[in-house]
Amino acid sequence: MIVFERVLKRYPGGRCGLDGVSFRLAAGEMAFLTGHSGAGKSTLLKLVGLLERPSRGQVRVLGRNLGRLPARQVHRHRREVGMVFQDHRLLMDRTLFDNVALPLVVTGTPHREITRRVRAALDQVGLRGRERALPSTLSGGEQQRVGIARAVVNRPPVLLADEPTGNLDPELSREIMALFERFNQVGVTLLVASHDLDLVKRLGHRVLTLREGVLVQDTGPR
Amino acid sequence: MRPLTSWVLRNLQAAVGTLGELWRAPLTSLMSLLVIAIALSLPSGLLALLDNLERLGARWEGPASLSLYLKLKTTAEEARDLAGRLEADPAVAGVESLSPDQGLAELRAIPGFDAALELLDSNPLPRVLVVRPGPGRHSDAELERLRAFLAALPEVDQVRLDLQWVRRLQRLMALARRAVWLLAGLLGLGVLLIMGNTIRLEILNRRAEIEVCKLVGASDAFVRRPFLYRGLWLGSLGGALAWALVGGGLWWLQGPALRLAELYQSGFRLHPPGLTAGLGLLAGGGLLGWLGAWLAVGRHLGEIEPD
Repeated sequence: MIVFERVLKRYPGGRCGLDGVSFRLAAGEMAFLTGHSGAGKSTLLKLVGLLERPSRGQVRVLGRNLGRLPARQVHRHRREVGMVFQDHRLLMDRTLFDNVALPLVVTGTPHREITRRVRAALDQVGLRGRERALPSTLSGGEQQRVGIARAVVNRPPVLLADEPTGNLDPELSREIMALFERFNQVGVTLLVASHDLDLVKRLGHRVLTLREGVLVQDTGPR
Repeated sequence: MRPLTSWVLRNLQAAVGTLGELWRAPLTSLMSLLVIAIALSLPSGLLALLDNLERLGARWEGPASLSLYLKLKTTAEEARDLAGRLEADPAVAGVESLSPDQGLAELRAIPGFDAALELLDSNPLPRVLVVRPGPGRHSDAELERLRAFLAALPEVDQVRLDLQWVRRLQRLMALARRAVWLLAGLLGLGVLLIMGNTIRLEILNRRAEIEVCKLVGASDAFVRRPFLYRGLWLGSLGGALAWALVGGGLWWLQGPALRLAELYQSGFRLHPPGLTAGLGLLAGGGLLGWLGAWLAVGRHLGEIEPD
């Protein structure tokens, strides 16, 4: 599902994001990505979501060689990879409904289908009936859940999350992680970056550890 | 859903959605519309005025005619004979004969001439034949050929082509028309740049939204579409507004124009720009708007990528 082969990512100016990273993630697998900030976690996720391209080596996701994917097909790839961010990147002047509906709107989904699926997604993250609310009226944890609903509303086979619990207290963090585990149970492949080592260890999934762009540890699930 | 149907549907959605956005920000939209309308109404107003002047010129022109001033010694019989010969010529549609007495009577009818004419002991006026050229003989070359032929006749002293000043007016207007088109070209370019800048600002305003759309897999076409429709709407509505401005302006000038025409016993009135002109402005404005938006989108949308 996700394959990295000796991937090198160098940014303009010579800064190295990733340095020779290789690993495989099978379909339906769930893994955490840990390391200090600046270790390359975000870079790795951006390569999977095609927000960046590798400088060298191969990134294959869903059978696509992302280094060679023509620019006009990038958007098709992004439709199949849901992304959740620490700052959730919601449109603050749009209702929850409009925010969550966005991935369906851009694919030209019929209106009725959009309504049904947005309701279902908000229901899954525990925000049923809040469609008309604006994100600014929500707590941080709730905003994060809206971001998750948006990432899963078009049922992507791959879900990425970059520090999804970074701003949340331990209890909310556990809730969010439980949500991810539920998606994983229905077959979604998940890659979650987090520096919250305690939480990661307790959940007992596969853990990839990065240090200065190098994959230094790959511990299997308990 | 068939691809074509869904393509039409998506465009319709973008078109209606963009119109809604313009409606929800009325002041901003009105400002943009007015700028475009004023830029478009200047050349189209001038063109409408020129059209009216040309209409006026056509009223005065009537069929072209040549006045033949016969030599003084020509008798009435010789004149009649010449008129008969000329009428038989296919280059001539008709000949009207004016005797010196008729000419004098015409002059007397002009106020003030009466007293001056009393001073003359004999009628100094020549006989005049007014020649109307035959059908299809109104071009400059044909008229000139006819004039040369008539001037060479032994009975003829002088030939005057009566239309010279109308032709001068026509040439002058052709010049003015070209100048107006030049102005129209420059102002059209101005509209293009204004629209480009308006759309550029709109793109920058919606940077966050564009980033998120691209993040969740929006195609370039999807991101581009609302901006193109915004340009199309602003341009075509601006064109329609320009049409209304020109029509309103001419309506405002109508009163003084009528009073001026009265002095010349003319029933002339200003004609507002017609439906064709209106549709032309609508389409032209729309095209300029779309193109301006296209330029802005091509230049700035690619720079915005999620990170």
